[in-house]
Amino acid sequence: MNWEALLAALFGKSHDVKCDGDLLSGTAQFNEHTLTVVGTTHHAAIGVELALAQARVVLNTVREHPGRGILLLVDTQGQRLRHRDELLGINRYMAHMGCCVELARRQHHPVIGLVYDQALSGGFITSGLMADACYALPEAEIRVMRLPAMARVTKIDEQRLAELSKSNPVFAPGVENYVAMGGIRALWSGDLKACLLTALLDASTLDERAADGAARGGRRLAAQVTARVVNA
Amino acid sequence: MNRSFAESTARERVTHLLDADTFHEILGPAERVVSPHLALLGVPSAFDDGVVIGSGLLDGQAILVAAQEGEFMGGGVGEVHGAKLVGLFKRALAAKPAAVIVLAESGGVRLHEANAGLIAVSEVMRALLDVRAQGIPVIMLIGGANGCFGGMGLIARCADHVVMSDIGRLAMSGPEVIESSNGVEEFDSRDRALVWRTTGGKHRYLTDDCDVLVEDDVAQFRAAAMGLLGQSLPLSLASMEAEHALLASRLSRYGDCRDALDIWQRAGVADPLRVPDMEARQMPALKALNPKELA
Repeated sequence: MNWEALLAALFGKSHDVKCDGDLLSGTAQFNEHTLTVVGTTHHAAIGVELALAQARVVLNTVREHPGRGILLLVDTQGQRLRHRDELLGINRYMAHMGCCVELARRQHHPVIGLVYDQALSGGFITSGLMADACYALPEAEIRVMRLPAMARVTKIDEQRLAELSKSNPVFAPGVENYVAMGGIRALWSGDLKACLLTALLDASTLDERAADGAARGGRRLAAQVTARVVNA
Repeated sequence: MNRSFAESTARERVTHLLDADTFHEILGPAERVVSPHLALLGVPSAFDDGVVIGSGLLDGQAILVAAQEGEFMGGGVGEVHGAKLVGLFKRALAAKPAAVIVLAESGGVRLHEANAGLIAVSEVMRALLDVRAQGIPVIMLIGGANGCFGGMGLIARCADHVVMSDIGRLAMSGPEVIESSNGVEEFDSRDRALVWRTTGGKHRYLTDDCDVLVEDDVAQFRAAAMGLLGQSLPLSLASMEAEHALLASRLSRYGDCRDALDIWQRAGVADPLRVPDMEARQMPALKALNPKELA
């Protein structure tokens, strides 16, 4: 779904979200509250400028609108793969975005992530995955790499990887796999307004993803290993 | 005699970082907590899944520590590896150590279990930031041959303090990844001098992504970590605004630079070509020449 259609489905005409390059930002009226909307489109490559621009929107919300909810819209091809970005320390710019989301959560802003198109690796870690909870549309795609590339890197036959991925969600791309592992809380379909309302009401500052992954059978060890370390 | 940090194993680094005979490993190899996903792929697993975690004393103060083993899967973060790091940070909330110290050496997400690794990296970030919020400093030590890349590069910049050796590297995407995506003209991964001055300890130190620069010597990492105990920098609106201003200023000052040499020169380093030959202990004076420009 493109961002205009998504925002129309969520907010009708009650939003002023603008697209500036690959950056989406603005506000929306929802359930008698104002929400900050920030994110990216066009499968954006997250470079230093885009990381900083998103962080600015989040920081402005924390500074000027205490407690205001934040909706992070995710459509990214991952971090920008350029020498210049590395020279400038892109990992610090992206970490800064993630830490701004963390600050907002700590200061009692409900923060909801939504993968509405595509989410890849680093661009996803520091936005949607830092929210209270992250959701996805069923047609969205989430991955680190596609199976052919994974087959090359791991030197394991692609057909074998495809076979294994039927029973184990850690290998293959797909939103369902991320739901099974707890990285995505749920898929949004049908009445998107109702989905967002439920998400805002359910927003919890506890990180429940490992427990979700265990309960859903997609990530059986993470919660258990973490508990063993805590209790050792 | 110096003990090379880069050439030591994760366990050797921890042993010699801490006060003698004080390290107690948690979920050590005897417990055989291995990755189930590697076994499924027929790939050899490690009994510690490539990360050593535990408690010990540093300068007589109780700390928690983790060390990634670069020799195993390049230090890649998988489900178990990530969960051990998350567990260590959660343990710190109750144990209240003087610091949590991470000896990071990792290419980032372990591609053999990519989806789990991706989620795990964000879980580590959140658990780390919970620890910082309690006023417990998190210190990253980076000096392994595999550098600190990808998701670990993000985690490193979530910490209170970063210590690097001059041969340590800290970045997001590896030069090979950038070259394969955008060509050798974009980033020649075989040009070691270029790779070093783009991602290496001295560049990160001169631009403030690294707080303390040391030689490739475990004793120097130990001394640097001791010096940072008790220095907590919790996130606040003011601290994040300051970070934002620093990053915006860096972008406007150096955004058009095409090489680290240009950045160093513009920052006031008199003879940038000499930097590669300088010793770590000479760098603070270089940085002090023009601190406003560099910071």
